[in-house]
Amino acid sequence: MIDKIIFNVIQVIVVMAFAPLIKGISTRLKENVQSKRGPSIFQPYRDIWKLFHKDEIVSEHSSWIFRFTPFVVFVTPIFVALLIPVLTSYPLVFAFMGDMLGGGFILALGGFFATLAAIDTGNPYGPMGASRTRMVGFLAEPVFMIVFFTVSFIAGSTIPYIVQKHWVTPLANFFQPSHILMLLAFLMLIIAESGRIPVDNPTGHFELAMIDESKGLEYSGSGAALMKWGGSMKFFVLCCIFLNVLVAPWGLAQGTQYWEVLLAIPLILIKIIIFVLVLVAIESSLAKLRLFRITEFLGAAFATSVAAMITDLFLM
Amino acid sequence: MSGQDLLLSFLTKVNALAGGVFLLCAFGLVGIRQMLTCLRIYVFQSLLLAISAVILGYYHASIHLFVVAALTIITKVFIIPWVLRQAVGYESYAKREISQVINIPASLLIAVAITIFSYYIASPLLTATGAGVFEKINLPVGMASLLIGAYTVTVRGEAVPQLLGILAMENGAFFAGISIAPNLPLIAELAAAFYVLITVLVIGLLAMRIHKMIAKTAVGEMMALREE
Repeated sequence: MIDKIIFNVIQVIVVMAFAPLIKGISTRLKENVQSKRGPSIFQPYRDIWKLFHKDEIVSEHSSWIFRFTPFVVFVTPIFVALLIPVLTSYPLVFAFMGDMLGGGFILALGGFFATLAAIDTGNPYGPMGASRTRMVGFLAEPVFMIVFFTVSFIAGSTIPYIVQKHWVTPLANFFQPSHILMLLAFLMLIIAESGRIPVDNPTGHFELAMIDESKGLEYSGSGAALMKWGGSMKFFVLCCIFLNVLVAPWGLAQGTQYWEVLLAIPLILIKIIIFVLVLVAIESSLAKLRLFRITEFLGAAFATSVAAMITDLFLM
Repeated sequence: MSGQDLLLSFLTKVNALAGGVFLLCAFGLVGIRQMLTCLRIYVFQSLLLAISAVILGYYHASIHLFVVAALTIITKVFIIPWVLRQAVGYESYAKREISQVINIPASLLIAVAITIFSYYIASPLLTATGAGVFEKINLPVGMASLLIGAYTVTVRGEAVPQLLGILAMENGAFFAGISIAPNLPLIAELAAAFYVLITVLVIGLLAMRIHKMIAKTAVGEMMALREE
């Protein structure tokens, strides 16, 4: 029991410690693809460190929501990290407190508060970005629903620890058409949710074209640091759900020895780096879509997820 | 589980995967704007048809299905793109965005509805005939691809994508056909392959003539007859 609590704490620490690193690696790789040298992979750590030592300025016209939001954005991915398999393949203390749907709700709570805070200050760009994020969000919602239906339908559960076992026992399950199609749909979702090309350009600095970034424009000092850190942790957690639960449940600690759990840390990092390579390839080979073409992108994701569901539904 | 059973279950899964991606390609033909990408998707769909034919041929120990696979690869993967490139000309299908009567998200939803409809029709047939695992995948997916191809023909406003819609219908018919009639005579296969080729040639030449006359192939805009 004590062991499991310690493992849970290690999981949270891993998520907190390595999330900025993944962000740094992805930025560096993208710049390398464009034949630039790019910032160091440790740059996000330095940014966060610098921001924590700067003064924070809060508009006097803003309400408590604006001050409260960075903490919500920072804490929600940590809660999700308690629920999902980051390092171990067996359930830990909080595993049965919530399923994947619960994790989705918790992450959505952070997004909800970020949207409210963007509207709160009255900055003209904030509400614009917020409403665009909501647009992408509500288009992505049905895909999420169908993917979860499919998962629960195939694996008989939405608890991530049970789902991940289903894909590899026996291995032929991995090649189920619904599994592969669902992976495609979920990949499109991750691209949309984490604001990447072709949906959004995370490195853009032009406010009118921003979707996701403009929500945090008003933050400074430690608030901005928490928002940045929370954002990169959200991406890390999404990667963990995608890789550990849906794609490749290999490399997780099977036993309860400490060395096994510690060995799982480099393995999950390697997996995420490979996934980041794929994302970089996607981002570097596609152009950003116009705002009203995003419906087509997510419509394709929806069609894919529905195809995943019905190819399985009638096979039974 | 013996080796034979394991192989069979693996083949079933691969066939099912080919079916799923086949369906996805049919969606792609409705939902993608670029003509060249549409053509590539069609080629990929034909490859999946060939894979499914090889698997079914192995399962039924039927030489005809291997012939189907070989014909599919030769005609649809190599000759048809080449013929289209020759007959229609590069400028009339490459890097062009296709106009549609109904916009793409709505078209995709209609395609989803068509797929559910074809599953709805196919499932009583399958249960009534006591079909095996291969028919359960191939018949509804092929039917869906056939209907989605027909929908593509109605909704696209350009000659070449409409042709691709017709070809997708043919692909769908074959995909369903190889599972329910594994031993169709060789002459039928050869005839089908040549019909497809000739269809492509005729429509391609027609599209080229239209392109020469009025410098576009947007058949959706051609509403009235004109005398030169």
